[in-house]
Amino acid sequence: MSHNVLDLSALELREAVASGELTAGEAVEAYLDAIERREPHLRAYNEVLADEARAQADQVDAQRRDGLPMGPLAGVPVALKDNLCTPFGHTTCSSKMLADFRAPYTATAVAKLRQAGAVILGKTNLDEFAMGSSTENSGFAPTCNPWDPKRVPGGSSGGSAAAVAARTCAAALGSDTGGSIRQPAAFCGVVGLKPTYGRVSRFGLVAYGSSLDQIGPLGRDVADAALLADVISGYDPKDSTSIDRPVGDFLAGLDRPVHNLRVGWPGEFFSDALDGEIRSAIEKARDLYKELGATIVDVSLPHSRIDTDAAGNLSSYAVACYYIVAMAEASSNLARYDGVHYGHRTDRPCDDILDLYSRSRAEGLGEEVKRRIMLGTYTLSAGYYDAYYHKALKVRRLIKNDFDRAFEQCDVLLCPTTPTTAFALGEKTADPLTMYLADIYTISVNLAGLPGLSLPAGVSAAGLPIGMQLIGPVFREDLLLRAGRMFEKASGISRLAPPMVQ
Amino acid sequence: MVESHDIVKPIIGLEIHVELATATKMFCRCRNHFGDPPNTNVCPVCIGMPGVLPVMNRVAVELSMKVGLALNCTVPDFTKWDRKSYYYPDLPKNYQISQYDLPLNVDGHIEVPLADGSIKKVRILRAHLEEDAGKNVHDNPAHTGVDLNRAGVPLLEIVSQPDMNSPEEAGAYGRAMQRLVRWLGASEANMQMGHMRFEPNINLHITRGGVTYKTPIVEVKNLNSFRSLEGAVAYEINRQYSEWLGNPDYTLDKCGKQNRGWDDVRLQTVFQREKEEAHDYRYFPEPDLVPVLVDAEWRERLRGQIVELPLARRARYMGEYGLTFKEADALTQDAPTGDLLDAAVAAGADAKRCTNLLLGRGAAIANERGCSIAEVGLSAGQLTDLAKMTDAGEINATAAAKLFDKLAAEGGSPRELAQAEGLLAVRDESALAAWVEEAVSANAQAADDARSEDPKKRKKAFGFLMGQVMQRSKGAAAPAAVQKLLQEKLGL
Ligand SMILES: [Zn+2]
Repeated sequence: MSHNVLDLSALELREAVASGELTAGEAVEAYLDAIERREPHLRAYNEVLADEARAQADQVDAQRRDGLPMGPLAGVPVALKDNLCTPFGHTTCSSKMLADFRAPYTATAVAKLRQAGAVILGKTNLDEFAMGSSTENSGFAPTCNPWDPKRVPGGSSGGSAAAVAARTCAAALGSDTGGSIRQPAAFCGVVGLKPTYGRVSRFGLVAYGSSLDQIGPLGRDVADAALLADVISGYDPKDSTSIDRPVGDFLAGLDRPVHNLRVGWPGEFFSDALDGEIRSAIEKARDLYKELGATIVDVSLPHSRIDTDAAGNLSSYAVACYYIVAMAEASSNLARYDGVHYGHRTDRPCDDILDLYSRSRAEGLGEEVKRRIMLGTYTLSAGYYDAYYHKALKVRRLIKNDFDRAFEQCDVLLCPTTPTTAFALGEKTADPLTMYLADIYTISVNLAGLPGLSLPAGVSAAGLPIGMQLIGPVFREDLLLRAGRMFEKASGISRLAPPMVQ
Repeated sequence: MVESHDIVKPIIGLEIHVELATATKMFCRCRNHFGDPPNTNVCPVCIGMPGVLPVMNRVAVELSMKVGLALNCTVPDFTKWDRKSYYYPDLPKNYQISQYDLPLNVDGHIEVPLADGSIKKVRILRAHLEEDAGKNVHDNPAHTGVDLNRAGVPLLEIVSQPDMNSPEEAGAYGRAMQRLVRWLGASEANMQMGHMRFEPNINLHITRGGVTYKTPIVEVKNLNSFRSLEGAVAYEINRQYSEWLGNPDYTLDKCGKQNRGWDDVRLQTVFQREKEEAHDYRYFPEPDLVPVLVDAEWRERLRGQIVELPLARRARYMGEYGLTFKEADALTQDAPTGDLLDAAVAAGADAKRCTNLLLGRGAAIANERGCSIAEVGLSAGQLTDLAKMTDAGEINATAAAKLFDKLAAEGGSPRELAQAEGLLAVRDESALAAWVEEAVSANAQAADDARSEDPKKRKKAFGFLMGQVMQRSKGAAAPAAVQKLLQEKLGL
């Protein structure tokens, strides 16, 4: 059976291990072998934890031999975005600043994976401190898209998405602040879920924009996303912003279609900014839902509208609002990396402690991170707070109200995940603003604290995956996943395999 | 030094930082304890490691609300946390979790007893909760060490309105606040351990020829004793007036606000070099914590836990127990001492007798040990027995004092101890008669004087003979019985 281990979904792999058809040890070896073969073309991993993974797999196999109960992820090899703290290996956030950082604690989501029997294969690459949409802002090296190594995998969870697509892990965790799970999931042709804010504990996730950050799963199909979401969700006393609310069994209800599903169609998202092929793929999805008995409802999200000026430049309240909130929070969250408390310290002689801070930060942090820290510091400064941060909070409230109104009329919203398919490495690095617009369809979901699911809607003529996004009301991940599953089943678009694994 | 035609009015406001006496820190479960080896009470949260999150200590919030309610503050329904950013080695995250625009307590007042017995009302602007920073340790010329045991300790910042007008009033306000927070069990308020720190704001309103001039508001940072507080305020009043006399442009309009430090050796405030830019703390709402929602039920439950406050109790002691102002004031320095008195009185002891015991040996021992009278160690039951035995003539005052000391040192039952130590008053007539006989025959002159016509002489001689009898009994004779026998013996 070992010759097709890599073709098994996480759910199938778990069943195979639980039934004894396959050992966790065999599964890990198959994945370590795949990593060895494919990583040179991908660079999805910052660190492969082979010894640790083998030891964890042995544990699972021993458990089975002893007749002990098997967890819901027993023997499933999982990759972790490298901003999730693990007591083994490093937690670098793909920053030179934290290149040597080893956390003495475990992120709650990771602890839950381990408890469920998952085997941690390694830590995946990201845009430094999760700031970016292409993984090119990694302080170490960019990751390539498994569908076309000249293209980006998206970001910031680009390493996790690429590894899931390239079958160098069975599933992965990422984090999503403005689209960082969904956008790379779309670019790499996998399924990514950003849960409701507060659904998954943020304890052990190195913070970027604390009021927006949320950990979520990436998998090859909707069932795998549901399986991982079941495991990592739930209240955590270590995170005051996690919500004390019973977690449903997402996987168990997955194949129950949503009766009388009302699919919301936000017209604002279908402007000229949208790539034509993506538009028609989403329209096809809409038609398929109609065939499945769903009603399509036109809804309006005026504050998430995307405008195009005469020169063709895009703008959006949501994007502006997002960058003010996220950068303000980031400027404060990253203040501790000063070379004295944490992180890289300059070797050069310094005049005083301020000089030491400045030089260490200048050397240890990348361009995009410095840009965001400076912008965030600026918007929080006396005299600017009202014009920027305070106003952004008001816009954030308006965006949330738009969604609340929309969900009075429909169950889920259907829209694109990204305005384009995966772009070429280096294409947007010179112009940060264009890069920021890669997230125009995903960031309002974070601002409103809603759950969002990206799943493959097809493949473009150029052979690149197209993602569609389903957005739901708070704590209705179950609806999103069931609606996603309906599409997946009816369309047959599932478990897309990039050429490198075919 | 004030020129005769100037009216100089000092305007003083005070910020007081009070470390709360919680078992654990504000946002983690590390021990909140002074004096442990450096960096032993720390964890990933209070040293601000990447990825960890703060979790609010509810006890600290409740203690702060109790202080606020006792200060007659409004405790709003909605209060939140904010981040205050500045870079400093003793601040692990380079921001402090504090409260900016929506503090836990607002708009209150405190009645401050002044030395002359009058009461000064000082308004409270706000009292908010925050986490303390660590401490830089300069014990090595080559390096500065950082001790983070204090980082994350809950700190209540109480900000007054500028309602005080003299160093004495500032000191009295500080002492009243110290007494209040101790009273409520909110803080040990021990100055040596840095539990209380003061930052006075001082300026002068000088009226000359019908025009009022205001000197710049000077904030003196980080004073940690009442002596330095009063010293710094007094020094600033003089310094600002002299400076204004020498420079008419030394005004609030032209110079703004200034920070100064306090030199504890030279006893003067010193100019602190201003940063090129004004401090910009870049406050914004703390996203890692949820707002604190206070409902009426919670507020009233805490209000119900606030016991009778010092000034009310002092008035009751004077009215109900007939104590003097001085006695009542001394017994209301902390809550447990008064509780001791109240419990003994409730058990039937005489208030005045208990007061004498508490303010006699009690105060003396407390002074020696540097603790409160209640902490000397006598229980209400022991105090009750001691007072009752004295009043019943079973022991005399000297014996009561001796027993007090013994009980404080070793504990035990006053009655058993008095028996064991032979301190019960001797009432055996034959033993008393023998001592009376000896005293009279050995002091014939005094015996004659005791019978003289001169009442003054008579009284003095009788007292002398009483003393002689007591001496022969080694203090054990019951004075009332001795008096009776001695009168009989002298035929009075
Ligand atoms: Zn701690």
